[in-house]
Amino acid sequence: MLDHPGGGRIDLALRGITKVYPGVVALKDVSLDIHGGEVVGVIGENGAGKSTLMKVLGGAIAPDGGRIEIDGHSRAALTPAAAAAHGIAFVHQELNTFGNLDVAGNVLLGRERTRGPFRTLDRRAMADEVRPILTRLGARFAAEDSAGRLTLADQQLLEIARALSMRTRLVIFDEPTSSLTLGETRRLLTVIRQLRDEGVAILFISHRLAEVEEIADRVTVLRDGRNAGDLARDEIDKDRMVRMMIGRDLTRGRGHAPRTAGAPLLELQGVRTAAFPDVPVDLTVRGGEILGLAGLVGAGRTDLALACFGVEPRIGGEVTVAGRPLASGSVAEAIEAGLCLVPEDRKAHGLVLDFAITQNIALPNLARLARRGAVDRRAETALAEDARTRLSIKTAALGRAVAELSGGNQQKVVLAKWLAMDPRVVIFDEPTRGIDVGAKAEVYAAMRRLADAGVAILMISSDMEEVIGVSDRVAVMARGRIAGVLERDALEEEAILRLAVA
Amino acid sequence: MHKKDLGLLALVLVVGAVVAAINPRFLSPINLANTANLIGLFGLFSIAEAFVIVTGGIELSVGSVIALLGVIFVDLIVTHDVPWPIALAICLVLGAVFGLIHGWLVTRLKLQPFVVTLCGLLIYRGVARFYTADGTAGFGFGDSFPMLEWLVSGRTGGVPHSIVAFGVIAVISWYVLHRTVFGRHLFAVGKNEEAARYAGIDTRRVIVAAYVICLVLTALSAVFFAMYTRSIQPSSHGNFYELYGIAAAVLGGFSLRGGEGSIVGVCLGVVLLQMLQNLVNLLGIPSSLNFAVMGSVILIGVIADSQFARYRAAKRQALALAALERGGDAAEPAPR
Repeated sequence: MLDHPGGGRIDLALRGITKVYPGVVALKDVSLDIHGGEVVGVIGENGAGKSTLMKVLGGAIAPDGGRIEIDGHSRAALTPAAAAAHGIAFVHQELNTFGNLDVAGNVLLGRERTRGPFRTLDRRAMADEVRPILTRLGARFAAEDSAGRLTLADQQLLEIARALSMRTRLVIFDEPTSSLTLGETRRLLTVIRQLRDEGVAILFISHRLAEVEEIADRVTVLRDGRNAGDLARDEIDKDRMVRMMIGRDLTRGRGHAPRTAGAPLLELQGVRTAAFPDVPVDLTVRGGEILGLAGLVGAGRTDLALACFGVEPRIGGEVTVAGRPLASGSVAEAIEAGLCLVPEDRKAHGLVLDFAITQNIALPNLARLARRGAVDRRAETALAEDARTRLSIKTAALGRAVAELSGGNQQKVVLAKWLAMDPRVVIFDEPTRGIDVGAKAEVYAAMRRLADAGVAILMISSDMEEVIGVSDRVAVMARGRIAGVLERDALEEEAILRLAVA
Repeated sequence: MHKKDLGLLALVLVVGAVVAAINPRFLSPINLANTANLIGLFGLFSIAEAFVIVTGGIELSVGSVIALLGVIFVDLIVTHDVPWPIALAICLVLGAVFGLIHGWLVTRLKLQPFVVTLCGLLIYRGVARFYTADGTAGFGFGDSFPMLEWLVSGRTGGVPHSIVAFGVIAVISWYVLHRTVFGRHLFAVGKNEEAARYAGIDTRRVIVAAYVICLVLTALSAVFFAMYTRSIQPSSHGNFYELYGIAAAVLGGFSLRGGEGSIVGVCLGVVLLQMLQNLVNLLGIPSSLNFAVMGSVILIGVIADSQFARYRAAKRQALALAALERGGDAAEPAPR
C-alpha cells in the first residue's frame, strides 16, 4: 500500500529545531527521529512546545533554525504542500468535519472525483474510493452517510480515513482521545496499532500517560521547548514520564484525611434537564467536601450543571444554594447566591480570549468593582494582581490577552474570576482537560483550599484517576439519573464503572 | 488613545494640510463652519451605528429611519400643530420602539441582524413614502420656530449647534463605552457572547439596549436633518446613510465581527469622510466621483492598517530572535 514516490517507509529526522515568538522561545534545539512502522509518543506539559513542533512538521510554520531531514534530504523548512507530498498527515485535536457533506466528500475534500467537461462531481466514484478505507478502519458508517450525524469518535475515524486516502506515511495524532469514551479509545488504539503494523509511522501526542505507556514504542519528552530526554520501550513508565516532563517529583493529591462535611450548600430536588426531561435528579453537596460526578460522556452531567447554573433551561425541580432557592433560573441569580461554574470548554465559555487577563478576571465582578456605573480600573488591577499571586498565574504582564497564555494558566484565570467573589458552591466541569501535569496539581490544590475554607465543590470529571484521587465522595450518573453515590472508602475504578454502565 | 486612533488622526491632519495647501478656501470660516455642521449631522448616526457594531451586529435601517422620523416630525408640527418639544419626544420614543423591535427579533427569535435591519430599511422607507403619498414633506415659507431653529440649526460664535450636539453625544458615548460596566459588557458580548453569558451577563438585554441606543440617537439625528433640509423627499432623504455610518465606524477601528473599536476612532472617521467630501468640492473633482473617492480612501486605510500590523509582528519576531542569539533566555521560555 505504501507506493509513495519518495520510497516506502518514511525516514524523518528533526535536528536542532528552534522557533522563537516575541517574548517566548517555543522551541530550542529540539531533535526528533521517526521511522515507518513505529509509534513515537511525544509528551510534555502545555507550553512545552509540542504543538509548535507539530506545526513545523506540517509546514504551517517555518523554524528559525535547524534542519528537517526526510528520506535523506535535508531542508530548512517545509510548506504544507511539501509535507503532504511527503505523506505527512494530521489528525487534529479539534476535528474539522464538514457536517454539510457526506463522508466521502469529507475524506476527499479538495481532491474530488469528477467527470465530464464541466467537472461534475462523481459521487459514486468517490464513495467507491472511500469504502475500502472505511472497511480497513473497521468503521461502522458508510461512505454515503452525512458527516454531520457522526459521533465525535466516528468523526475522528473519518479524519484518519482522510489521512490514509492521501498515501500517508506519517500520521500525527494530537490529543486524539481527549473527548472519547473508554470504548472508543480502545478502538482507536487498535486502529493505530494496525496502521503501525502496516508500516505507517505514528506520532502520538497525549496528556493521558496510561495510553502513551500502552501504545508507544518510544517516547520523546519535551520541557520548556527543549528535549528533556527519550525513553525506549522498556523504560516507559508513568512515574518516569511525569518526572521528565516536570523536571521534579510530583506529590500527588491523594490520601488526604477524611473530613467531616458541613451543612448542605447545594441542593437539587427533582431537577430535570432538556437532555433528560423525564428524569428528576436529587443531589446534595455539603460545605467542605468535593463531590465527584462521574459517568460516561453523554450521561447528562454537564446538562445538569448548566441547568443549575442557569445557562440551560431547567425543566422542573428546585435548586437551592446555601438555603436560597434559585427561582428565576438566571445565571445572574445563581452567581448572586454564590454558585459559580468553571466550564468544560474554557475557550468558548470561560474566557474572552482577546480580552486582557485583568478584564477577564473582572468580568463577573464588575458590579462590585464599579463606582456609580463606571469601572474602577485601580480596583480591577488590584483584583488581578491578587489572583496572580494566589494562583501563581505565569505571565509577563496582566495586560496581555489570555489567548497568549498556556492552557493551565488560562484555567487559572477562569478560576480567578470566581474566587474573587467568595463563592459558596463551585461546579468544576472537567477542570483539568487538556492542561499539563504541573498546572493540574495547582488546580487540585486550589480546589482543596476552597473546600477547606468551607466551600462546596461539585467536580465533573471523566478522568478516573482524578475522580478517585480528588473526591471525598463520588456520585455516578448514567443516562440522566444518579446511578449511585460512593463514599470515600468505597472509591474504586471498578465500582464507579459498574455504576456508570448500569 | 489607541495607536489606531493616532494613525487616523495623522491621516486627518495630512489630508487637511494637503487640501488647505492646494485650496486655502478650505480654512475659510464659512467652509469650516459648513463642514463642521455636516460633521455634526453625520456624526450623530455614525456613533449610533457604532453601538450596534461593537456587539457584532449591524443596523442597516438608519437612513430609512431618518427619512421616516423626519417626515413624521415635520408632519406633526406642520399639519397637526403639535408643539415641537412633544414632536421631538414622539420621534425619540418611536426610535426606541424600533430599536426594541430589532433587538427583540435578534435576541429572542435569533434572526440575523443583517436580515432584520435590511427588512427595516425596506419597511421604514416604504412607510415614509406612503405617509406622504410620495410627496415632499416640508415647512412652508411662513413657518418659523425660532427656538427650535436656534437649538438645532443655529450657531453660537460661528460654531454650528449640530457639532456641539455631536460633541456632547460623543463625550457621553465615550464614557459609556469605555468607562462604564455597561460598555464593558458591550465589548464582552461582541467578542464572546457565550463567555459573557457564563459570566452572568444578561447578554440579550445588552444587545437590545445597543439597538435602542442606536435608533434613539438616529431619531435625534433625524430631527437635525429635518431642520437642516427643511423639506424632505421621502424617496431619497437619508439614502445610504447607514453605509456612511458603517464606513466611519470601520475607519475608526470597529471590527464588523464585534468587540473592537473606539469612540475617538469613529469620530475621526466621520471627520475624515466629511473632509473627503469637502475636498472633492474644493479641488474641482467631478462630484459624481464622490463615492469613489470615499471608497478608495477607506480601502487604502484598511489595507495600510493590516500591513502595519504585519510589519509590527515581524519586527517583534526579529527582536526576539536577536535576543535569543545574544545569550540564551532574554525571552521567557514556554507559554505557547
